[in-house]
Amino acid sequence: MRLRLLPKHIFGLKLVIHLSALLPLVFTFYQAISDQLGADPVEDLLHFTGISAFNLLLISLMVSPLAKTFKTAALIRVRRVLGLYAFAYALIHFLVYIFFELQLEWQLLISEIIKRPYITVGFVALLILSVMAITSTKKSQIKLGRKWQSLHNLVYLSAILIALHYIWSVKSDMVQPIIYWIALFILLYFRLNKIKSIFIKKRLA
Amino acid sequence: MLIKTPKKSEIKESLVTDESVYNDRRRILKSLGFIGAAALATSPSSQAFNLFGSDDDDVFETAPLQYSQADKYKTEETLTPEKKIISHNNFYEFGTSKSDPVENAQEFKVNPWTLSIEGLVENPITLGYEDLTKAFALEERIYRLRCVEAWSMVIPWIGFSLASVIKKANPLSKAKYVAFETVYDPKQMPGQRNRFVGGGINYPYKEGLRLDEALHPLAFLSVGLYGKTLPPQNGAPIRLVVPWKYGFKSIKSIVKIRLTDKKPPVTWNILAPNEYGFYANVNPAVSHPRWSQARERRLTTGGLLTRNRIETQLFNGYDEVADLYAGMDLRKNF
Repeated sequence: MRLRLLPKHIFGLKLVIHLSALLPLVFTFYQAISDQLGADPVEDLLHFTGISAFNLLLISLMVSPLAKTFKTAALIRVRRVLGLYAFAYALIHFLVYIFFELQLEWQLLISEIIKRPYITVGFVALLILSVMAITSTKKSQIKLGRKWQSLHNLVYLSAILIALHYIWSVKSDMVQPIIYWIALFILLYFRLNKIKSIFIKKRLA
Repeated sequence: MLIKTPKKSEIKESLVTDESVYNDRRRILKSLGFIGAAALATSPSSQAFNLFGSDDDDVFETAPLQYSQADKYKTEETLTPEKKIISHNNFYEFGTSKSDPVENAQEFKVNPWTLSIEGLVENPITLGYEDLTKAFALEERIYRLRCVEAWSMVIPWIGFSLASVIKKANPLSKAKYVAFETVYDPKQMPGQRNRFVGGGINYPYKEGLRLDEALHPLAFLSVGLYGKTLPPQNGAPIRLVVPWKYGFKSIKSIVKIRLTDKKPPVTWNILAPNEYGFYANVNPAVSHPRWSQARERRLTTGGLLTRNRIETQLFNGYDEVADLYAGMDLRKNF
């Protein structure tokens, strides 16, 4: 099957992505600040930003399998904006934790990142996303050449770390984290060959 | 000129959701779909507008109570608003999200009810629904509630001391522990019906205290809050309140109090023994394996920008219980 996407379609799709990523964010923060977000706005914001970041990352991982299935290379052009929003949500998630959960207790922040495995893996995932966001420009892509792709292959590691961060953070309710693991495995399965080749190349090098 | 002074009870025009918006909520939801259904399921907006709640608006009816107020249990601390106390609950029998109980528990039936005090006692007691609010003189006590998740509230409970019931049953000298059990009613409690809703807990929920802890004057059985009977999400019709321990010790909707000579198994300890001990005393020096317990966020009024992080106190500030644990290693017995 072949899907024809015109520039105006891509433009429309990007517009939808911008609006649906930004509006809930603005709306939720407005509710949190005005004390309309339940009894504990901090917890709700942490969940909202964390889950949304993961959703966006998974959606961005869906782009290339979809583009292949529908033979529409143009679709790849929405991947970057999705990835950047995933990073933005993850960064806000971290900032909410620092500013509103820990309320700027810097020492505790450092010791928690070191001591608590689920925070450690979440932090590493954020670092990976940050590096990817910084090098997401055309310029970096040209400058880094072949290294760019290897660098951006780290997204798979980041997604696994996020899934780990999520399942480790819950008290006993594993259902939703497990659903996310399954979704992630399906998305990784589409790229089994690519992932295999990453490891084989490494071994050869 | 017409000057309208709205009555306090009147809802402001600005607060009323326009009917067209209300009726359109599912479409609005769908248009937000990008962030994904999972995010919306846990999304806090569900509390703000109740967009995702059930369509019926039946709210459980609470009744005013007659009670005295002891000076000893008054406080200078800011109370947590009632609205927050009754909408932010850990009660996995009604779902694992904090906003689930208020949504899923409104049709919970508390009358008839039977609470039995049994086991190693001379006079086993059975209390019916009416007895819960009539058999003992009710008093109001304002207690801090510290959740193991590092948030806290200040709550005006109404009820009577646990000791008064236990003494009435007259424990035998063999009795060393008190075991508590929540009602098991899968028909009414979706979390008991379905493991996926109930967070993987083996119900009924169980708790326990040492007998001397249970007899401490601070240990309290609550039948109400803010002057009225308890709503189901807070553990109607009767629940335990042990203010110097983490909140999960304060078991809700109790049907059985059993005196025993052996340490009773308790739900969270069974589920994760390295994270939740039998004692679960509030202790800033002993962190949960996954987070620090040194401080807590006090939930009172104010939104996101309120600086509400405070030091957690040993025994949640109730120093009078320290004697119960003299000579014990609180790191080991966490």
